[in-house]
Amino acid sequence: MWIARELSKCSGCRRCEIACSLFHEKRIWPEASRIRIFMLAPGVEFPHFCAQCEDYPCIEACPTKALSVSKETGAVLVDANTCVGCGKCIEACPGRIPHMHPTENRILICDLCGGNPQCVKVCQEGLWGVLRAVPRRTHPYKLYARIPEEIARDLAAKILGEEGEHLL
Amino acid sequence: MCGYAGKFLEIDLSTKNVKEMRFNEEVLRDYVGGRGLAAKILWDRLGNRWETVDPLGPENTLLFLTGPLTGFFPGGRICVSGKSPQSNGVVGSTVGGEFGIELKCAGYDGIIVSGESEKPIYLFIKDGDIEIRDASHVWGMDAKRTVATLTRECRTILKQRYPLKGEWKEPAILYIGPAGENKVRTAVVAAKWSHAAGYGGYGAVMGAKKLKAIAVKGTGPLPEVADIEAVQRLMQEVCNNAYENESWRRWGTGSGGYEFGAMTSSEPVRNWQEEWHNEKSFGVDKFENRVWIKQYWGDFGCPTTCLKLAVVRFGQFKGAITDNPDYELQAYLGTNLGIFTPEANVYMASVIDDLGLCGIQTGNVLGFVAELFQRGILTKEDLDSIEPKWGDAEAFAVLAKKIAYREGVGNILAEGTYRAALKIGGLKGVDVMPYAVQVKGIGVGAHGIRSGKDYPHICSYVCSVQCGDHTSVAYMPLDEPNSEHIRIFDDSGVICFFNTFGLPSNLVFDFYKAVTGIELTKDEWVSTKAMKIIQLQRAMLLLGGPDLKWNPEIHDDNPPRFYEPLPSGPFKGKTLEKARVDEEKRKYYALVGWDERGIPKSDILKKLGLHDVDKALEKLR
Repeated sequence: MWIARELSKCSGCRRCEIACSLFHEKRIWPEASRIRIFMLAPGVEFPHFCAQCEDYPCIEACPTKALSVSKETGAVLVDANTCVGCGKCIEACPGRIPHMHPTENRILICDLCGGNPQCVKVCQEGLWGVLRAVPRRTHPYKLYARIPEEIARDLAAKILGEEGEHLL
Repeated sequence: MCGYAGKFLEIDLSTKNVKEMRFNEEVLRDYVGGRGLAAKILWDRLGNRWETVDPLGPENTLLFLTGPLTGFFPGGRICVSGKSPQSNGVVGSTVGGEFGIELKCAGYDGIIVSGESEKPIYLFIKDGDIEIRDASHVWGMDAKRTVATLTRECRTILKQRYPLKGEWKEPAILYIGPAGENKVRTAVVAAKWSHAAGYGGYGAVMGAKKLKAIAVKGTGPLPEVADIEAVQRLMQEVCNNAYENESWRRWGTGSGGYEFGAMTSSEPVRNWQEEWHNEKSFGVDKFENRVWIKQYWGDFGCPTTCLKLAVVRFGQFKGAITDNPDYELQAYLGTNLGIFTPEANVYMASVIDDLGLCGIQTGNVLGFVAELFQRGILTKEDLDSIEPKWGDAEAFAVLAKKIAYREGVGNILAEGTYRAALKIGGLKGVDVMPYAVQVKGIGVGAHGIRSGKDYPHICSYVCSVQCGDHTSVAYMPLDEPNSEHIRIFDDSGVICFFNTFGLPSNLVFDFYKAVTGIELTKDEWVSTKAMKIIQLQRAMLLLGGPDLKWNPEIHDDNPPRFYEPLPSGPFKGKTLEKARVDEEKRKYYALVGWDERGIPKSDILKKLGLHDVDKALEKLR
């Protein structure tokens, strides 16, 4: 499966971060959420999370083989016991999406909640229409793995117009 | 204690001394957080010399406080307080955004700032690491450039210091614009570009302390709660309630400029000379279809996301960007100035936001000036060649800039409506107080009381301890949903009032129990804890000083304008009778334990354990 995204509609409510951290950490813990809302300028909020590149460069780069692809969902799975938190996957990711757990020495990457992504659930429930779970088909998913600055620049131009880029 | 990070950060900007402190559980149980705790802290620290404390002097204590429900109850806010440069009392002023949540995740329930810095500084808090950083490069910057510069700067620092962590999310920032730097009494403490803690004038207090901003990044979880399942269930209940109310989500209070104002005949028009208009050009559909580019915009955890983002794409005001205007700003930077087009209104709001001014308070003072100009009391010569004619957004924008920089006539207007009225009255030898629509130094929110169709009552502003603040109005009975005694809970638990609409009133107390484990009933809250906070705020308001003092016999009253008959609309001719207002006032005094002169009585203060307050008020009796 894949999560389709309509970034410019993001309200910045962060209910996805809350749902994600409650599901994975049993706490409200924005920094430990696998999906993160960046707000490099107000009004230009967007969710940043794994795009599941078809060639999975993060898995390629992992020296301890802590990362693998879920056969059911296509999500990247992190083996917490094998991960040494070296950060090689962050460097390999075209969007610098993986990030370190705030208190433990391991990497966090969206695992699609095993097929029932909580972020999609709350985003749908709230009718913001940013995140939607869709079947995975042939597609250059890598396009969606871009660094926050790049995404913010494009969105600022789209949402705020000419002035947008100056406000980052 | 569940729901609290457990410690507060205390910073003396004169000595640059930074330390952590804790309150004992009893204090947190009694005052909860936010506005309640602010009243307690200010009384304990400054109460014995309250009348001599200059709100803009180093001795004032500036507070940024979360509450136990911050981050859990959907919708993020933080409470800013201190001795108010507007009322000379205490105002609990809250602002939306992620600051409160980041602060709690950094391990702090609040920040207590005293002293004043010699040079402009900003605070950068990353979990337990506290830095006082030079802010001379951002001093003088407007809202948008301040946010952009500090966001970039703090992210660069985080990336350099912790390269292995990956990409860093931006910190949450509270800051002031030029108005705050210049100690303008209508300056706000701002978040994002345009979210503002407006009432109270705490932007001026930050400016006096040369504190340009506070940036905070917390990486921890929100504090432990007593019952996570109950918290999750209640969160869902709040969300479901919000989702059902699509009109509220879609339009928020932004539907008010025409619909609500016209319906209730309670919206300020041309400095409250009228409270009704029939300008359909100012309807929500015009805003929605012409300028709103983001239909849903919200803060941490918010299911309502009632904010909007507006951009003017063409014409005279092209390039104006701001978040609202919500009802208050449509009124105060629209109808109250005779402005009836969305583009001009958005432009005014963006100018005010960029300068770091309060839309309500500045709209109030601009309307006041425009009326004095209309009446010929102030002339073009008095106003540095500006002619503030009704509807002329450009002229009002120039005046607003003069206020923010205290240039020329702006220096007088920067003192806020009441103080400006005293000054102008003196200079001109005319009593201009009849045109000042304020209560005890605070411009009245955009909800008139003459038609009787809006929510505030005839004594709501008169008796409120936050004076003209429309979000904290006095009510009878005290446990009415809109009552100040109930709203103090939102400001103390520090949650968004807008997400409580349509919910059973005991839900917030259930929420409080789920988070803290402490049973609290509405009755107990109203009769003991809220009552205690009200008495503290009232005491400090009446002690006042050093430049102004309030005499309840004179100043516990509505603005003179509210005793004039409404000149237009379906409620034409309706007005307030002074005798009825006085009667209601006496009833309210009795209900909250104040004597016939409005001073809290000994017996209620002693019953609430406020013996020192009782002693301090002796001199007023």
